Amino acid sequence: MAENTIYKPLIVHSAVYKTEYTRKYENRIKWEKPDENKILSFIPGTIIGIQAKEGQKLKEGDVILILEAMKMHNKVQMPFDGKVVKIYVTKGEKIPKMHLMLEVERI
Amino acid sequence: MSLKRNILDLRKRKQEVQKGGGDEAIGKQIAMGKMTARARILSIVDEGSFHEYDLFVEHAGRDFDMEGKVLHGDGVIIGTGTIYGSPICVFAQDFTVAGGSLGLMHARKITKIMDHALKMRVPLVGINDSGGARIQEGVDSLAGYGEIFFRNTLASGVIPQISVILGPCAGGAVYSPALTDFVFVVENISKMFITGPSVIKTVLGEEISMEDLGGAKVHAELTGNAHFYAISEKECFEQIKKLITYIPWNNTQKAKIFPVKEPVSKYKIEDIVPADARLPYDIRDIIKSISDGSEFFEIMELFAPNIVIGFGRMNGETVGFVANQPKVLAGVLDCDSSDKAARFIRYCNAFNIPLITLEDLPGYLPGVDQEHAGVIRHGAKILYAYSEATVPKITVIIRKAYGGGYIAMNSRHLRADFVFAWPTAEIAVMGPEGAANIVFRKEIAEAEDPEAMRKQKIEEYKEKFANPYVAAARGYVDEVIEPQETRKILLHALQVSANKVDNRPAKKHGIPPF
Repeated sequence: MAENTIYKPLIVHSAVYKTEYTRKYENRIKWEKPDENKILSFIPGTIIGIQAKEGQKLKEGDVILILEAMKMHNKVQMPFDGKVVKIYVTKGEKIPKMHLMLEVERI
Repeated sequence: MSLKRNILDLRKRKQEVQKGGGDEAIGKQIAMGKMTARARILSIVDEGSFHEYDLFVEHAGRDFDMEGKVLHGDGVIIGTGTIYGSPICVFAQDFTVAGGSLGLMHARKITKIMDHALKMRVPLVGINDSGGARIQEGVDSLAGYGEIFFRNTLASGVIPQISVILGPCAGGAVYSPALTDFVFVVENISKMFITGPSVIKTVLGEEISMEDLGGAKVHAELTGNAHFYAISEKECFEQIKKLITYIPWNNTQKAKIFPVKEPVSKYKIEDIVPADARLPYDIRDIIKSISDGSEFFEIMELFAPNIVIGFGRMNGETVGFVANQPKVLAGVLDCDSSDKAARFIRYCNAFNIPLITLEDLPGYLPGVDQEHAGVIRHGAKILYAYSEATVPKITVIIRKAYGGGYIAMNSRHLRADFVFAWPTAEIAVMGPEGAANIVFRKEIAEAEDPEAMRKQKIEEYKEKFANPYVAAARGYVDEVIEPQETRKILLHALQVSANKVDNRPAKKHGIPPF
C-alpha cells in the first residue's frame, strides 16, 4: 500500500471515491458541443486552394477551400446558405486534424 | 568421400549457415542492443534441448537479381525444445539475414513449425524481428503472411501461442502477434505499427518517433496490444519461462501442479481493506494474501490498471484472478478494462483454468468519451465472457457490488458456481449516496435542512441495503464469510468444483461483441 500517494477524486453515482487516475484518463478529450459556424478540419492535410473571400455570400454546397489529405482533394463546402465570416488558414498551410479553418454564419 | 569427410562437410555447411547474415550483420544487431535470433532461442529453452529444422532452406526469389543471392535459412530459425521440461515449438526471425524479411520459404518454415505445434498439441513461441514483407518476392510474401494468420486462428484456443516482439514488426506482420494469446515487448527494442512514422509524415504531416508511435510502453500502456513489458531481453525471457509454468500444453490438459505453499504472513487480509467503501487499497495485496506462496503473475499490468488480471496458484493448481482495483479509477469498469478482462476470461476458459473473481467496484466509468468509445459494446464483452465460461467460476465480493458492475463481475446470474461475500460487501443497485438522492428526492427537497436530510437518508439506505444480507436472503450470495477464511473457503470451492460439467447448446460459435 502506497501511503504517500496523493489520491484524486472520482465521482460515480454521487459518491466521491479517492483513487489514482490513469494517463489515458487524464488525457481524455473533453466533449464540446459542435458549433455549426466553425468549420474544423476532419483530417490533417494541406490547404491547396481558397476559393472564397471573407465576407462573401455563398449558397449551400459552394466550395470554400480545398484540403489535400491522403492524396485526395477534399472540397470544403458551405454547410448552408450564408456568409464567410473569417478564414483562418492560408494557401499552402499544413494543418492538423480538428484545426479551425473557417467561420461562417447563416443569413 | 569417406564417411568422416561427409561428416566434416556437414559440420562445415552447418557452421556456415548458422552464422545467419554473417559477422558484420551480427555486429550491427548487437550494436543495436539486440541478441541474435539463435541466442534468443537458446536463452528461452532448456540448455541443450533445442533442435533446429530447415537449416538449409534457401529463398525462392527469382526476380530483381535475387537468384544469385544466398540468404541463410531464409532469415528465420525454427525448431523444438523444452522449457522446464515442457515441450515447445519455436521460431525466431533473423534480422541479420535480409532484415528478417518474409519471403515464400521464410513463411513456409514458420507455417511448418506452426503445423507441427498444432499437430503435437504443444505451445508455440514466435520471436518477431523483421523489416516486413520481402518486396522482391511480391505476392508470395503476402501469401506467406496470410498462411500464418490462418494457422494462428486455427491454433487459437487449442495450443498456447506466444509472440515476442524483439525488433520492428510493422504493417501486416503485426497481425500474427495480435492473433496470438500473449505478446511480449521490450523497452527500446520492440516497434509495432501498421503505418510507420515516415508514411504518417508524408500523408498527414504529423511527426512522431517510432518509439512514441509504437514502442513497447505505448503497446503495454495505451493500446493494450502487449501483455508483458520488460526493460531487457533477459527479463522478457524470464517472463516467458514463468508464463509457461502457469499454462497447460494444450486445451485438453491442465497446467502443471506445483507443491502447495501457504501465503506469506505479511499480507494480513483483514488489515488491507478500509471500511469506508470510498477509500482505495491495492487489490493485489488481497490476491497475495490468498494465493499459494503469495505469488501472483500479473498480465497487462500497465494497461487499464483499474482491473487486475493474472495467474496464481491455489493448492498447487493454476487459477486465473480477475479483480477490480479500487486504487485506480476506483476500480470502475470501462472500455479498456472490460476488453482486458473479457479476453483473459476467455483464455482461462479455453485452457481449463478456474476463475476467481474479486469484486469491489462502484460501476461503470461515467463520461462522454466512454459512451462515444463504445462502452456498451466493450462492456458487453465481459458479460459474454463470464456467461460463456464453463470452467469453475468463483466470486468473492469484498466491498462494493453496485448495479451493472455487480451483474458483470461473475454474478450468480451469469452462472457463478460459488458467490461469497465479506460482511463489508454492499450489494445494491447503486451506492447509498446515489440511491438516497433518487429514492428520497422528495423528502430531501422538502426538508428544512436538505443537506442534513440527505445525510440521514444516506445513512438509512446504507443501514438497510448496503450489506450482503439482502442478496444472501435471495440466495444470490451463497455464504457471507469472514475475510480471514477466504483462502480456506476458496480452496474448498475449487476442490468440489474439480469435476464440473456444464453443457451448453451445440453451436458453431457464438457472436461475441468483438
